[in-house]
Amino acid sequence: MSETKNILLVGVGGQGIILASKVLSKGLVDAGFDVKMSEVHGMAQRGGSVTTQVRYGEKVYSPIIGKGQADILVAFEKMEAMRWIEYLKPNGKLVINNYSIPSVPVLTGQVKYPENIIEELKEKVDTTVIDAANAARELGNIRTQNIIMLGALVKALNITEVNWEEAIKETVKEKYIDINLKAFKRGMELV
Amino acid sequence: MKRLLTGNEAVARGAYEAGVTVASAYPGTPSTEILENIAKYKEIYSEWAPNEKVALEVAIGASIAGARSIAAMKHVGVNVAADPLFTFAYTGVNGGCILITADDPGMHSSQNEQDNRYYAKSAKLVMLEPSDSQEAKDFVKLGYEISEKFDVPILLRLTTRICHSKTLVELEERHEVGIKEYNKNIAKYVATPANGRVLHVKLEEKLKKLEEYSNNTPINKVEFNDKSIGIITSGVAYQYAKEVFGDNASYLKLGMTFPLPKQKIREFAKQVDKLYVIEELEPYLETEIKAMGIDIIGKELIPNIGELNPDIIREALLGEKKEIIEMNSEKIVSRPPTMCAGCPHRGLFYVLSKKKNVVITGDIGCYTLGSAPPLETMDTCICMGASVSAGHGFSKAFEVNGKEAKVFGVIGDSTFFHSGITGLIDIVYNKGNAATIILDNRITGMTGHQENPGTGYTLMGEVTEQIDLVKICEAIGVKHIEVINPLDLKETEKAIDKAINTDEPVVIITKWPCVLKKSPKEEIEEYGLDQRKICTVESDKCKQCKLCLKVGCPAISFEEGIGAIIDDTMCVGCDVCLQVCPFNAIVKVGE
Ligand code: SF4
Ligand code: SF4
Repeated sequence: MSETKNILLVGVGGQGIILASKVLSKGLVDAGFDVKMSEVHGMAQRGGSVTTQVRYGEKVYSPIIGKGQADILVAFEKMEAMRWIEYLKPNGKLVINNYSIPSVPVLTGQVKYPENIIEELKEKVDTTVIDAANAARELGNIRTQNIIMLGALVKALNITEVNWEEAIKETVKEKYIDINLKAFKRGMELV
Repeated sequence: MKRLLTGNEAVARGAYEAGVTVASAYPGTPSTEILENIAKYKEIYSEWAPNEKVALEVAIGASIAGARSIAAMKHVGVNVAADPLFTFAYTGVNGGCILITADDPGMHSSQNEQDNRYYAKSAKLVMLEPSDSQEAKDFVKLGYEISEKFDVPILLRLTTRICHSKTLVELEERHEVGIKEYNKNIAKYVATPANGRVLHVKLEEKLKKLEEYSNNTPINKVEFNDKSIGIITSGVAYQYAKEVFGDNASYLKLGMTFPLPKQKIREFAKQVDKLYVIEELEPYLETEIKAMGIDIIGKELIPNIGELNPDIIREALLGEKKEIIEMNSEKIVSRPPTMCAGCPHRGLFYVLSKKKNVVITGDIGCYTLGSAPPLETMDTCICMGASVSAGHGFSKAFEVNGKEAKVFGVIGDSTFFHSGITGLIDIVYNKGNAATIILDNRITGMTGHQENPGTGYTLMGEVTEQIDLVKICEAIGVKHIEVINPLDLKETEKAIDKAINTDEPVVIITKWPCVLKKSPKEEIEEYGLDQRKICTVESDKCKQCKLCLKVGCPAISFEEGIGAIIDDTMCVGCDVCLQVCPFNAIVKVGE
């Protein structure tokens, strides 16, 4: 593979995006790719929007991409998908978690959380909707949403060169390995 | 072995491999993780200093003693450390010494986007600028060699994108260098005017040699491809340039940007047709190169505001724009960072927000978020420590001009130790009447929970003396000191009202641990943190007055027709909203 692939993960602080990106990057590095990963927004712990970018290929230069360049956008939260959709290639893929987290202006009633997000996005781009929250609940741990989304990402991009099981085992805490392996598989099935 | 490391992790690894034994820093995004990672290597003594000036001075002392040392800080931290820095360039080193400046183009979490490359030129310091994590590690190691060979301190400049991006790094073994012999040398290390005059001459001689070095060092690297376009660049901008132009241009990539390799630049310029400078923020390279009489295109096309990226370059220099998916952006609601559910600062700010005729001078930390809606309780925020001193200035100006308003300076515990103390001394000494509120959440909150002199632990995890804020304030001469629980609104209000009606210096210490802090057992017991019960709204009693929304807790939402709702996964039971509800609709779960 000569071309560089660009992955963009977006969501809200606390959703486990950084961990999912770590597993992703680890797997890609072990498979022999040049990889660069960048956290784009700070103050994550305080409810702000969080994004990470992962780029991989034979040789990667810039750690960040600009608008219209992601091959895939994985949104852990609905509204964040809208916020970052400009970064997706017009023929790229969107994997969206059917899950909303209202921001403070919404909570305090100043503004409304947008409606019909998924419908609008579907009109413009190749969209796969995932109900990761419910799937995670079924597995018995709501916090595995992130690895479910990762499984979906891997399936959607069809990254076959990587030993994902190994990457998960080496990245997550020991007592969560089993449930995360299940979550990963579940995510792949959902696409 | 290759590993993915952030630039900060790579700098820490570089310090380890280079045989560094002393490291000091004050936390500040994006530099914080450098010391957090250095602290993992037991070979290196590492510490949090109360501020950046102290951190640098510790590194300077260690260097003169003969050890390789490092100090790390964010860009604005260098302003605090600038005093010793300029003189350190004169004295030079014994053991090698590196100062890391982590600049923040784009102001991801800073109050300005100053370009610290100018410090190198102004203070006459060798400057290195890595463009990825591998170089960050390599340049640290090379930095120590240069530092010791030429007897100069090194300024190593990172930017947020380097600090927080992971790229591949080849790990190597640590090279023990031990400690160099220390010989007393008054002429070198005692900066009296007489010595300084000699040292300045010596420094200029060193800089000449360093320019020669700069012309020959492989980290100032020429890559010839297509010669119709030549690009001079440094730092992460090099990666962006490569991304856009690939092999369709030739590059002069500068790893050492002070002193500049003037001869190399001239030769490169001669061999290409059209010459660009691609650099982030200020036209630092551009101005220098233009002063050499070389024609170059830079800031007329590339902005000097904000973080650079490949797109900006592509559009500015090639006129290309990527096709994008357009959405109705008006629909997208903002998601600003906010004080956490159960944050101990919320109670205080809520009480302050109700007071008329008060001015709140703010500071740098989580509590700066008190300036955001719905609380909006802040009039100023300039830099660390300015809450206290600017508050004093504010109250004096009002006093002299016959205006009335009570001024409250709000400052965190770590920030008070950093540079609030001197402001408070000023208030007491100069008979001010501004009140100081120290928001003591028992940790350095904003940067992700670093220990500080008030917490009782060191960076290396040892138990240590806890500096007592009350005793410090007493020693400074403050007579009116109160320690309160900011989650208790009545108690807080009483303290604030008393301060409003007092004409002498007042200190209020709001003491309650940060809700995200992993409290030690004693703290959990002291504050009864495990006894707390979360709150819920009895919807039949909720009159939908929305008053509880005014506290701005992210756990409370409102639905028309139903009333307030408390998210049980977020609420920690701090009780602030419960005290605000006039209809007693908010109750403790299970009571
Ligand atoms: S991290 Fe701590 S101090 Fe900062 S907003 Fe959250 S609770 Fe408050
Ligand atoms: S008690 Fe009220 S203010 Fe405190 S965390 Fe819970 S909902 Fe927020």
